[in-house]
Amino acid sequence: MKASLSWIREYVDLPADVTLDKLTERLTMLGLKLEAVTNPADAITGPLVVGRVLTIEKEPQKNGKVINWCSVDVGDANGTGEPQGIICGAHNFVEGDLVVVCLPGAVLPGDFVISERKTYGHLSAGMICSAAELGLGGDHDGIIVLPADAGAPGDDAFGVLGMDDPVIEFEINPDRAYALSLRGIAREAALGFELPFTDPAARSTPAADDAGHPVVVEDSEGCPVFVARTVSGFDPTALTPAWMATRLEQSGMRPISLGVDISNYVMLELGQPNHCYDKARLAGPIRVRRATAGEKLTTLDSVVRQLSEADLLIADDNGAIGIAGLMGGESTELSETTTDIVVEAAHFDPVTVFRAGKRHKLHSEASKRFERGVDPLLPQAAADRVVELLVELGGATADAGTTVVGTAPAPVSITIPVDLPARISGIDIAAETTLAHLAAVGCDVSLDGETLTAVAPSWRPDVTDPYDLVEEVVRIVGYDQVPSVLPPAPAGRGRSESQRLRRRVGLTLAGEGLVETISYPFVGEADWDRLDLPADDDRRTALRVVNPLNNEEPLLATTLLPGLLKALARNVGRGNTDVALFETSLVFAPTGDERAPILGVDRRPTDEEWASIEKAVPRQPMHLAIALTGHAEEAGWWGEGRSASWSDAIGTIRTLATELGVELEVASTTREPWHPGRCAELRIGERVIGHAGELHPKVCKAYGVPARSAVAEIDLDALLEHATTVVSGPRFSSYPVAKEDVALVVDASVPSAAVEAALREGAGELLESIRLFDVFTGDQVGEGKKSLAYALRFRAADRTLKEGEASAARDAAVALAAERTGAVQR
Amino acid sequence: MSGPNTDYDPVEVTPLKAEEVERMRDEALVAIAAAADLDELKQVRLDHAGDRSPIALANREIGALPPQARKEAGARVGQARGAINKALGERSAVLEEEHEARMLVEESVDVTLPTDRRSRGARHPITTFSERLADIFLAMGWDVAEGPWVEAEWLNFDALNMGADHPARTMQDTFWLEPAEAALVLRTHTSPVQARTMLTQEPPIYVVCPGRVYRTDEVDATHSPVFHQIEGLVVDKGITMAHLKGTLDHMTTALFGEGITTRFRPSYFPFTEPSAEMDMVCFVCRGVDSDACRTCRGEGWIELGGCGVVNPRVLTACGIDPEVYSGVAFGFGIDRMLMFRHNVTDLRDVFEGDVRFASAFGTEI
Ligand SMILES: [Zn+2]
Repeated sequence: MKASLSWIREYVDLPADVTLDKLTERLTMLGLKLEAVTNPADAITGPLVVGRVLTIEKEPQKNGKVINWCSVDVGDANGTGEPQGIICGAHNFVEGDLVVVCLPGAVLPGDFVISERKTYGHLSAGMICSAAELGLGGDHDGIIVLPADAGAPGDDAFGVLGMDDPVIEFEINPDRAYALSLRGIAREAALGFELPFTDPAARSTPAADDAGHPVVVEDSEGCPVFVARTVSGFDPTALTPAWMATRLEQSGMRPISLGVDISNYVMLELGQPNHCYDKARLAGPIRVRRATAGEKLTTLDSVVRQLSEADLLIADDNGAIGIAGLMGGESTELSETTTDIVVEAAHFDPVTVFRAGKRHKLHSEASKRFERGVDPLLPQAAADRVVELLVELGGATADAGTTVVGTAPAPVSITIPVDLPARISGIDIAAETTLAHLAAVGCDVSLDGETLTAVAPSWRPDVTDPYDLVEEVVRIVGYDQVPSVLPPAPAGRGRSESQRLRRRVGLTLAGEGLVETISYPFVGEADWDRLDLPADDDRRTALRVVNPLNNEEPLLATTLLPGLLKALARNVGRGNTDVALFETSLVFAPTGDERAPILGVDRRPTDEEWASIEKAVPRQPMHLAIALTGHAEEAGWWGEGRSASWSDAIGTIRTLATELGVELEVASTTREPWHPGRCAELRIGERVIGHAGELHPKVCKAYGVPARSAVAEIDLDALLEHATTVVSGPRFSSYPVAKEDVALVVDASVPSAAVEAALREGAGELLESIRLFDVFTGDQVGEGKKSLAYALRFRAADRTLKEGEASAARDAAVALAAERTGAVQR
Repeated sequence: MSGPNTDYDPVEVTPLKAEEVERMRDEALVAIAAAADLDELKQVRLDHAGDRSPIALANREIGALPPQARKEAGARVGQARGAINKALGERSAVLEEEHEARMLVEESVDVTLPTDRRSRGARHPITTFSERLADIFLAMGWDVAEGPWVEAEWLNFDALNMGADHPARTMQDTFWLEPAEAALVLRTHTSPVQARTMLTQEPPIYVVCPGRVYRTDEVDATHSPVFHQIEGLVVDKGITMAHLKGTLDHMTTALFGEGITTRFRPSYFPFTEPSAEMDMVCFVCRGVDSDACRTCRGEGWIELGGCGVVNPRVLTACGIDPEVYSGVAFGFGIDRMLMFRHNVTDLRDVFEGDVRFASAFGTEI
């Protein structure tokens, strides 16, 4: 909402010491937040004066253009009183017009200095200005032609153009709809500085009778009040006076025609949207009713609207002529021939207007006010004010008759303990202060013992609850008065187990050299194809966004890999070729049958209701994914580097499992998007918690990541569930260790994990550790075979091992490995 | 080894003469002093103190002497051997030290060689900053609460006093999920976590809810459809706006230093009444000569977010009696605070996954 300072001053007499800064600061602290102050005059140095064009000599030029050599009366502003000779290229004016003249010495926005200069064979002494040249914006071509009554030649044009009048823009919160008007803003200014307020809506209006334009309200819930007044003999050629046009423009509305401008002006002044109909184009009574199926209306913005049965209409015998509170129709709008006007000022139900706006994706200055709440007592005053201006400025005659249908809803009465504002704000507020401030806001206040009753003023439909009264009192006392006190929280228990574990996961992975990323969860079907997921893969069952930012990515991720692979590709593309990424994030695993109920809000949901909400929210497990490419260890003076591989992907998850005290089993499997021969299934007991390995070459290509990139993805929740949270202190033997190495040859297809498991079991309890230190294939071991070399360490808890004990245990281990896996000792 | 030779004529045992023993000793000492390295010293040791050295051979002759002479000669030879061994020990120590010094010089390396065999990992600054923020509240005894990202419409809006026809719903550009009957959204704020907490716990409630939220904002340097919020909620007996101010002052002071406190300006949120915008003192210029300050753009204050007294309607919908309890709540953007606290100029860096971004922040913030 924008308003000029002079307009505000019309209703509140601000003393000189209330500077613009003080005013905006006080209003901000009252809840009308200052957005910006603009003052076009600041960018211009005069002289800038009103001039009257006396003569125009049209002089065609060689280039085909015609320029005007004008003689302009600028009064005494040029010091001589003689007419000023000025060259002008615009053509939207005639002799006798009042224009704005910049005299030599003036500086326009952009440090444009105006001086006398020879041009087109004349000495041009100044410039006839356009709005753009003065920094006033607007999209008018040509120069500014002032209304005939704007002033006299030589008058200071800053005043005439309203340029010495700062325009204040406020950010109005949705609850303060009353401040979408000069009436509201000025009322707050008066309140803030304890000054008298002149209410522009306080006017005596003619009593309702049956003599006005006939109105039938069929839906009094949607339209509690409808006022119609009529004028005749309106001069459709009458122009909008300069002061009104200026104020409209200052408030961000474009002047259109006098009738429309008056309607808008009264809306800005009082906050009551209203509408003017060409009476000659109305057929029969005005009817306020719901639309019927299939009905259509061409609104003032020339859009044909398909109406819904939920739309509240203004209609006549020919059909719809407007959507209530939203926008009027073209068929009855004012035209160049309109002489008789029906003025509508009505009160509409906020929800009805809000829904219509949503349905038609249409938002107007009227609907903005109606959906937030307009003073229901305003319609008569507003209609009367419109009539007054039509008479005053448009030469119309007010017809007898005032149609008023319905009555304004009764004001709300709210009861609170008088100390509630103090109790809620923590400020020491006396009862008298509370009473005085609520009265200042416009409430009708009474006190009975400790109980305060306030009837909210008609312009404050937002004030309905006890705490609304608290806010009114506290904002006037001042939010800056709130003391700073720490609340007495009970002793806490710190982070939850899961939060602590996740912190540990992050630190472990960072310690392993991985860098955390955050990706958007938005993916598309194309991602499933890039990952080469089979048609029946669970990961294709995804939630779909109704209104995605990118139509190619309407789905919510069921796997973190697409986001991570895109980040990997982006890094490589930017020259970060050795990359190890990790991400922990929720994924969305819907069943497709989720339906969340909309419950009431007047009480806690029942246990069943709450269960139905919890059930309807899709499962969102936390996943961890990693992606590796390039060097795991750099090449350098120390030797060759090492490329990250499938083994690093598996190893990273194994390291994490070890850190968390989880026994992770690894087995060979196939699953998209992994390389079919290089994919590990990661299990805790029987439960598969994820996969790791090398990415399928096709998938590398599809995402534009380097060949042999490796990835892993696990259900992190599942891993954390099994984490050892309380570690038992270890016992270890201080007796000597006995080391035994064995080399076993097995079929290449035998998993080393199986050999190791057999060795471990066969070695018995003297085995302290086992480590595979070499894997070897080649001619020496034979076709289709591999050699596995293990280092075994034996130790007893309570004694030094006897000669031969370790080797016997080793032999037992080898024997079991031979039996289970066909291993042959080399 | 021969036994005592009783027939032996001591006069004939030349090596045991005093001057002979002294000569052997002196020759040995000269040789020891002349040994240039440990290898030479080893030879000297063999030649002058070894089993076949003159002094050792002389020593053998002692047994052939008559008992009277035996003692004298023994003492003489013993002293000489002692002197030789001492000299050997000392020379050995000197030479060993020299040897070690030489070895250490030979083993010297270029310690300025690069050592970056493995690149350093990092956690994302949003993660670490969220934890840092939560730590402040944990230290006050609060809990950290979390909730799902896809949320029931009722929890994201209705329970927070934003019914279907509330104009404030259009202020938050929501990602809706199909089908419409599912009544599911990507949460537009972390407030549903507050509602969940109230619905599942009895007061007193002291929680912060850091987390990821979603709005239909196009990506640019300061906007992202995915961003992060932290909200706080207190529900207890006798809670006032003063407790809100105290909490926020403590938080900004803990993060930005003494004197960095907050101020409230009236505002509007459906879930709080009274509602306020909160600003904090600019931690760069501290409100002094702010005009040139780029952090606060000359304001002296930095906008933080919104806060207020929990609307009793919200308490009611969540099953808490507003006649008994009152609450306060606040919320602000973690990303935005990360940006101004750490001079991050483009929000896209937070979400693009370029390793150079997170790596700069390490594992704690
Ligand atoms: Zn600053």
